[in-house]
Amino acid sequence: MTEESSTNDLSRFKTTYFEECAELLITAEECLLRLQEGSDDPEDCNAVFRCVHSIKGGAGAFAFTDLVRFAHVFETALDALRSGRVGLTPALAEVLVRGNDILGDFVRAAQEGVVLPPDHGDRVTQVLNALTGQGGADAKAAASATPAPAPESGEESFLVRFTPAANMLRTGNDPLMMVRELAGLGALDIRADLTRLPARLEDLAAQDAYLAWSFRITTEQGRQAVLDVFEFVAGDCAEVSVEAVGAETVLEPAAPPAAVAHAPAAPPPEAPAHDDHPVSLDHPADAAHPAEGGLRLRAEDKPGAGGVHTASIRVELDKVDRLVNMVGELVITQAMLGQQSNRFSAESHPELFMGLQELSHHTRELQESVMAIRAQPIKTLFSRAPRIVRDLSARLGKQVRLVMSGEGTEVDKTVIEQLSDPMVHLIRNSLDHGLETPEERAARGKPAEGTIHLSAEHRSGRVIIQIEDDGHGIDRRRVLEKAIEKGLVERGQTLSDEQIDQLIFAPGFSTAAAVSDVSGRGVGLDVVRKNIQDVGGRVSVQSQPGVGARFIMSLPLTLAVMDGMLVAVGGERYVLPLTNIVESIRPKPEQTHALVNVGNMLTLRGEYIRLVALHSLFNVEGAVTDPTKGLVVVVETEGGDRVGLLVDELLGQQQVVIKSLESNFRPVRGVSAATILGDGRVALILDVGALKAEGDRDGGGTAPLAAE
Amino acid sequence: MTKCILAVDDSKTMREMVAFTLRGAGYKVVEAVNGVEGLSMLGREKVDCVITDVNMPQMDGLTLTRRIRATAGHAGTPILVLTTESDQSKKDEGRAAGATGWIVKPFSPEKLLQVVAKVCP
Repeated sequence: MTEESSTNDLSRFKTTYFEECAELLITAEECLLRLQEGSDDPEDCNAVFRCVHSIKGGAGAFAFTDLVRFAHVFETALDALRSGRVGLTPALAEVLVRGNDILGDFVRAAQEGVVLPPDHGDRVTQVLNALTGQGGADAKAAASATPAPAPESGEESFLVRFTPAANMLRTGNDPLMMVRELAGLGALDIRADLTRLPARLEDLAAQDAYLAWSFRITTEQGRQAVLDVFEFVAGDCAEVSVEAVGAETVLEPAAPPAAVAHAPAAPPPEAPAHDDHPVSLDHPADAAHPAEGGLRLRAEDKPGAGGVHTASIRVELDKVDRLVNMVGELVITQAMLGQQSNRFSAESHPELFMGLQELSHHTRELQESVMAIRAQPIKTLFSRAPRIVRDLSARLGKQVRLVMSGEGTEVDKTVIEQLSDPMVHLIRNSLDHGLETPEERAARGKPAEGTIHLSAEHRSGRVIIQIEDDGHGIDRRRVLEKAIEKGLVERGQTLSDEQIDQLIFAPGFSTAAAVSDVSGRGVGLDVVRKNIQDVGGRVSVQSQPGVGARFIMSLPLTLAVMDGMLVAVGGERYVLPLTNIVESIRPKPEQTHALVNVGNMLTLRGEYIRLVALHSLFNVEGAVTDPTKGLVVVVETEGGDRVGLLVDELLGQQQVVIKSLESNFRPVRGVSAATILGDGRVALILDVGALKAEGDRDGGGTAPLAAE
Repeated sequence: MTKCILAVDDSKTMREMVAFTLRGAGYKVVEAVNGVEGLSMLGREKVDCVITDVNMPQMDGLTLTRRIRATAGHAGTPILVLTTESDQSKKDEGRAAGATGWIVKPFSPEKLLQVVAKVCP
């Protein structure tokens, strides 16, 4: 990008900036007025601060110095106010409102390209400055950007010692990049210092930095340019020293690692100075980023196999996804042909029907084979567990043995990716909240060492992952107390043990009494449940007090195709996930009730369930409105709640290809995705959980379902 | 492979400036208006580098940085914090939260590209 085009580029954002300023000034004024009226909501003050801060930030980019200067004074005062260093008085509120007006004056001046008199807003500026005890000079200094020091001329040599702190890699700073940047400045000689490398491989933490380096750099750019390379790490993340030396100085030979000369990660000590990847051999950050992308097809690259008997090939993920898409289209086409064939009789066209049956058979097989390509053994996910367990148990002072089984179970790649966070969370949860300390265990007559069992298996078209511990189980008394306290359960309500256990997944429930830096990271189990539900899964817990707890995650094997039930509502077709359906009934008149303030309910074997009329929810005309004349499909949400959906009729079970509504249209409430039916029409796939929520909100349809 | 940068800022002007400059240099840019949206974007896109403002409603840039570091697969993702305060305390706070580096506002397009290239080759 040239100098000239970048100047032009900036001005093109001015329109956006001034539009935004107008909005920000209004927001700031609204909040200031609320403050003036005595609002004690800290968010009001924060919001004003952010508005002024944003205006100042943009003004700096366009070099509106007057605007920046006033905004800075205003911002500093607001910062003092929001941090509580200054209290809000009616008089101050008045000044702030006036300040916002003056800010607006400066914005308009900048927009129109005029310069306001130098004393504009002086009175307000003085009050604000007095508030924060700052003079005008300070504010002016803040407005001017520090000029970059001019590069010194002539070639100089520097000796640089660079010793990263152990945590440097965890801030995303990569030594290789600094070496590359340094090499870009001039002739570079490098020595790696391996003395900090642990002698034993098992002591090596992949995300810690162990190496240190000495560089001799000869450059024309000057000392500052060398220091700039380490700008982000010098101080907290690394020790950096830069010392001017004579050009003839040579680096001392590298010292061998602490105890063992043949540490696995040791680079050749006499590495050539100008190699393209001078430190690639022991580039520790590589260990922090395990290879992603590039699908491995059951891959173990066997060196020395010579390419003669390779049982696997590497294929780009894109190609597989294209294949999956095409198979999806094929499933739709096949459904379409099947539908068209209804017009012929099987007697007159036996070959056609035989062919179609074969096609259907082959399509399903093809689809399963393609899905198998995307499948990966769950080992990739489980392999993270030992590290987590080891680190955490050490930190918590607990003795834990990790047992894993079913690592070979294969699951869709996307499902594996989505499972990673929930699994880690649940393992942490078991370690932190489930297992007891060795002393507690001994007191209860258990072996000092606790066990966490991680297992995976296929069960009825889904993959089941269990995390089981032999800790103290869920403390139901405390959970119930907590739930009552949080208003999740009413006092006096009787709940079964299982119902109490599942409360730990409820939104807003967090065992705050036991928040720790391990599992209490502000993310509750409700988030785990939500993440799993997002990929069509379920999570539940089984607990036996004193004996242990078991978390069970159940997920679909693939996210691309599912079995659905096609239902008709008026002229519309909807798909209900087959796994959600419990039963379908035609209710008798005495089973339906329109309850005041609650909405339409259905009694089923003594139980009340909410009745949601789909035609009313989706505004479909010409549908059956009388439950006793239509059909009620009873579905179960992931949370275990039941709800009855009123439809006209069931059209049949069919496999549907899931098409995202979000990427093709926009999200719609109550709908999780769409699919294309055999006749080419689009049908919406209903999100049972969201329908239940919709039903709760408006009482299952706007009007009571009067019997016709 | 085109690098994907996530730009998080509640100011539309800043987002557009960052996005326009980076897109002009061949990066893919996805945007978010606060930390909460930034996190969810991180789940949807394969992000190679994050540039975030500090002061934002709902979730500020430092919290976002800590959350990203705690997200699987992002332990080493470069995170740059946008700050108007050129003083050291904001930089230290950013670094303590796990940020890779910072960009001091106002910045020129050249400076932005230079810093991004520094942490995200």
